[in-house]
Amino acid sequence: MSRVTFTIDGKTVKAIRGQTILKAAEAAGIFIPRLCAYRDLTPHGSCRVCSVRVNGRIQAACVQTVAEGAVVESETPELQEFRRNLVDMLFVEGNHFCMFCEKSGFCELQALAYRFGIAAPRYRYLNPKRDIDLSHPDVYIDHNRCILCGRCVRASQDMDRKNVFQFVGRGSRKRLQVNGDSLSETDLKATDEAVSVCPVGALMRKRVGYEVPVGQRRYDGQPIGEDIETREDK
Amino acid sequence: MSPKPRIATASLAGCFGCHMSVLDIDERILELATRVEFDRSPINDFKEFRDRCAVGIVEGGCCNEENVELLEKFRKQCDVLISLGDCAINGGVPAMRNNIPLRECLEQAYLKCPGTYNPLNVLPNDPEIPLLLNRVYPCHEVVKIDRFIPGCPPPADAIWAALTALLTGRSAEPVYEHLKYD
Repeated sequence: MSRVTFTIDGKTVKAIRGQTILKAAEAAGIFIPRLCAYRDLTPHGSCRVCSVRVNGRIQAACVQTVAEGAVVESETPELQEFRRNLVDMLFVEGNHFCMFCEKSGFCELQALAYRFGIAAPRYRYLNPKRDIDLSHPDVYIDHNRCILCGRCVRASQDMDRKNVFQFVGRGSRKRLQVNGDSLSETDLKATDEAVSVCPVGALMRKRVGYEVPVGQRRYDGQPIGEDIETREDK
Repeated sequence: MSPKPRIATASLAGCFGCHMSVLDIDERILELATRVEFDRSPINDFKEFRDRCAVGIVEGGCCNEENVELLEKFRKQCDVLISLGDCAINGGVPAMRNNIPLRECLEQAYLKCPGTYNPLNVLPNDPEIPLLLNRVYPCHEVVKIDRFIPGCPPPADAIWAALTALLTGRSAEPVYEHLKYD
């Protein structure tokens, strides 16, 4: 297995040739914030939260592969500001009501905002009119919270082999669509990976909300990415 | 002896839960009382400002013209204005009406809602009732806000940390555990 050596914020990192910068950083105990990237799902490069500078050029760390001698910058004030803006925009572009969202405490968008220290977004709320699909007996979609990361689209295709989700429309009219008139007319099951991978409260299982008490939820005490940064085997 | 800094609070389109969280600083409120003077607030029930205030704490967003008037008054009267809680920062639960046309919203609430008793079939239109805005606005979309303490309600410790930092001139950057949106 051929290996390459490069640096992230001055730290020397050894990686397997062909590995993405995001994966190589993670293996080295460096957390690069991300939203659309998820474990074994095919990288999508759509959210751009994982943007880093590679040899001076901005690249999405989830799709860019490592190269020998590359100089990668991640935690620079410029890139942190860039990521903060992306998260800010995602908050105002949808209707995110954390105070009653069942995903609160487990939501990756919220957790990133906490990590970036965002107390209030800088942009005006757009308050779009979006639907909620409650037709399925075990799962619901709240489009108000969907950030169009495409995790469910990829998980449904690649892991569940079902193709339940797809994107339709362009730009601000882009939205998630299911392969039926409603979610109940698809073959989606509550146990499908597509449901598990949603980073926000858009695709949720019914009757399990608020199962974990406040204070014990994933991001209540531990910032997102801290598990990667404090791992002992890195 | 220089006079104590004055603190004023107000509840706009909110549920008073953030004020409850202020009271939830428990016995530290006695320490606060020795260090500050409360101006217009429900704590002493003063309805009008007595003097210029060092800190104004605003809970709730702006859903009607009275909220906007009060918020603008707070901005003029206070050196530092704090947006306290999710309603002040993003409109909160009242902002759920923001993507529904106002008339449709009122008709649903007063005419069509199951269990509504409204024999004259009219929408409330008394001139005493403040005029509703087209949507609920977070405070920072109406006036300049200096500090934000999110949460529904914000943890009492976050409020205490922010207030003591302000009163002692220290940095008021929130610690991770205090930054909560729910």
